[in-house]
Amino acid sequence: MSDQSIAFVRHETLPPSPPPASETGIVKWMRENLFSSVTNSILTLAALYGIYSILSGSMPWILGGIWQAPSLQACREILAGDSAGCFAVLTERWHQLIFGFKYPQEAYWRPTLAFVLLIVAVAPVLFANLPRRMLILTGLYPFIGFWLIWGGTIMAPLMGLVGFIVAYMVFQRLERSSFAMGALGGLVAAIIFWTLGGYVSDAMSGFLALEQIPSRDMGGFMLNIILGTVCVSLSLPIGILLALGRQSNMPIIKIICVVFIEFIRGVPLITLLFVANVVLAYFLPPGTTFDLILRVIIMITMFSSAYIAEVIRGGLAALPRGQYEAGDSLGLDYAQSMRLIILPQALKISIPGIVNVAVGLFKDTTLVSVISMFDLVGMIRGPILASTEWNGVYWELFGFASLLFFIICYGISQYSQWLERQLATDHR
Amino acid sequence: MTSINDPKPESFQLSQLINDTRYRSYTFQFVALIVLFFLVGYLYLNLVENLRTAGLDISYEFLGEPAGYDINQRLVEYNSQSSHWRASVVGVLNTLLVAFVGCILATIFGVTAGVLRLSNNWIVAKLMAVYVEIFRNVPVLIWILIINAIFLIALPQPKAFKSRGGNPPEAEMLWDSFAFTGRGIYAPKPVFETGSWVVVVVFILSIIGMFAYRRYTKLALYAHGRDLPRGWPSLAILFVPAILVYFVMGSPIGLEYPELKGFNFKGGIWARGSFVALTFALAIYTGAFIAENVRAGILAISKGQTEAAAALGIRPGRIMSLVILPQALRVIIPPMISNFLNLTKNSSLAIAVGYMDITGTLGGITLNQTGRAIEAILLLMAFYLAISLGISAIMNVYNNSIKLKER
Repeated sequence: MSDQSIAFVRHETLPPSPPPASETGIVKWMRENLFSSVTNSILTLAALYGIYSILSGSMPWILGGIWQAPSLQACREILAGDSAGCFAVLTERWHQLIFGFKYPQEAYWRPTLAFVLLIVAVAPVLFANLPRRMLILTGLYPFIGFWLIWGGTIMAPLMGLVGFIVAYMVFQRLERSSFAMGALGGLVAAIIFWTLGGYVSDAMSGFLALEQIPSRDMGGFMLNIILGTVCVSLSLPIGILLALGRQSNMPIIKIICVVFIEFIRGVPLITLLFVANVVLAYFLPPGTTFDLILRVIIMITMFSSAYIAEVIRGGLAALPRGQYEAGDSLGLDYAQSMRLIILPQALKISIPGIVNVAVGLFKDTTLVSVISMFDLVGMIRGPILASTEWNGVYWELFGFASLLFFIICYGISQYSQWLERQLATDHR
Repeated sequence: MTSINDPKPESFQLSQLINDTRYRSYTFQFVALIVLFFLVGYLYLNLVENLRTAGLDISYEFLGEPAGYDINQRLVEYNSQSSHWRASVVGVLNTLLVAFVGCILATIFGVTAGVLRLSNNWIVAKLMAVYVEIFRNVPVLIWILIINAIFLIALPQPKAFKSRGGNPPEAEMLWDSFAFTGRGIYAPKPVFETGSWVVVVVFILSIIGMFAYRRYTKLALYAHGRDLPRGWPSLAILFVPAILVYFVMGSPIGLEYPELKGFNFKGGIWARGSFVALTFALAIYTGAFIAENVRAGILAISKGQTEAAAALGIRPGRIMSLVILPQALRVIIPPMISNFLNLTKNSSLAIAVGYMDITGTLGGITLNQTGRAIEAILLLMAFYLAISLGISAIMNVYNNSIKLKER
């Protein structure tokens, strides 16, 4: 026996060995997420094949597209039998797609400027951390935007603005006696002022005047944006009133609101547009000529306000009963408790729903092409596809239209999700 | 000398109508009623005045006059000598057809996409998310036009199915029975000969029998704890008697296959291109919304339910069907019904692809031919309103029946 000790004691710990290759990094991720079972593996392979076939079909078509050509024939000649997109239709008809085919070319800067200002004006409403002073521009925007797009003297929108200010001042004066008196007084004051202001702006029709552009000349994507913005912003206050009316305990007012909301929600928008197109004129005083675009705005606003009213009613119903009782016990009257306690909370709950309605409404503005207005879809189906140069260019044009709508609608819905996270004051 | 008088009994003063909350609501309602009355009166007087100057009146007699136009897609007998009323009925049936088929397809698309979006397969979940976002964020009108263009342009014309001079044809029929062409889809049509009713009756009885058997297995499970097999006996009950009777009766139900005659297909069922495109577009668009509802419904069931069921030893498939789905359906179904309603209302966009639904017949050609705008649009709205209110009434009954019974 040897007296040499064979015992071995390690003095330092072993360095940790790396995890097996199948349990780390991308391999593990793929095993867990793509190939966790036989069914999953088959699904993954099928999905990959689907993606590959779509991309391999569409990428050469998109990347090899022709961007400069006067017509489809010329484009096909350049392509010489290759299969690729003729995006030249977009560059050649760009102005028509955006502004319609009648809007005067030298005035394109006006809607463009109005669009830029729209972004600036909407920004402080969307993002609470921007300086609050920018809200002044938001308040002024409807009048500036109207002046820029429709033209005419600046006196008309100016009088409109001053009318609102007068109405607000009268309202503040009378509000102390009661909210209803204040609202009524403000309304009367505004109507009186606008009637008088009409004469003033008629007399000064040359003052700071832009070339007047009738609204039947508007078209293209501009029309979609105008309809969407105007109708959403008008339908929000009307929707709130309708929702309050539906929740009210005055039976007659409640019945009026319920009938209106259920009627509008029960019929398709297209029938309302038919009403705007052919029927509405019968209900107006004989001899009134009423702009088609204005009639459409009225009908779409009615349509969306009914939907918004239902969303806000949901918000009102979701508030605990205690909030209403707390308002009463503080001695606030109906208008005060609604304005100070109920509506701020109810509107906050309803934001996702309201944004959904707004996105839906913006998409629905394409329906005006059915009553032969030339919005983006109307321009594509009408003047562009019917022209001799571009007869048969479907995919490029509809792809472009889908892309425009997708970017805006997806952007809005992402914003709404972000806002929901911002407004979530509870802890989970 | 002073005397203390009782406070005067409150007499009603006119100012109370405005200042006293007890009476103020009456004032408001009275004012609202007056305003509404004057508004309606004003509109009505304008209408009467306008109709008088235009030399028109309100009458529905035009519905009885011959329509004078043709409708290519019809479910009931109709020709150009039929009345406008008949044309409207054809339109109503076409609308209902699109709505019915569209709702079924949309449910299939939506449930598949919604469930797959929750799959633990990353790439499938992402693909479904892309599908949902793309279809939800682009107007349905654009989808209808795109899908219609795909059917018109990308699918071969019937003449492409013809072999010319020995060359094989450019396009082939699927299983020799289905043809997907730019003019629509042709499919085999069942032909019922004498004696076929026996097979049909036996098949209906088998369906009833299958449900009875499943009910029996459930009872056996709950009452006696016997777990009887369900899958293959149900299938056997469903098909075996019908197939036996089918051969005993001498194959009374045949199929009529579409055949290429000249430049077009004859025979079989022909679903027109416009109908197929419209239905498919509406279904895939609405399916994206339904997918979101299904996903939300499944996510709304807390994980504890799954875990509790697993702890009780229930198999994963049974967990879904016995524990999760019954609870999720309560969340899923109400918004799903309103999506079906939206699909029905959106089917009025048929006018964009030339499918003759009620908006195309009554609100389109009839309106233009007779000039009876008010009457036609009123009827049109009444039709859609009736459908909407009817379905919401059914939905309310359903909602009440599945409401959580709280005590």
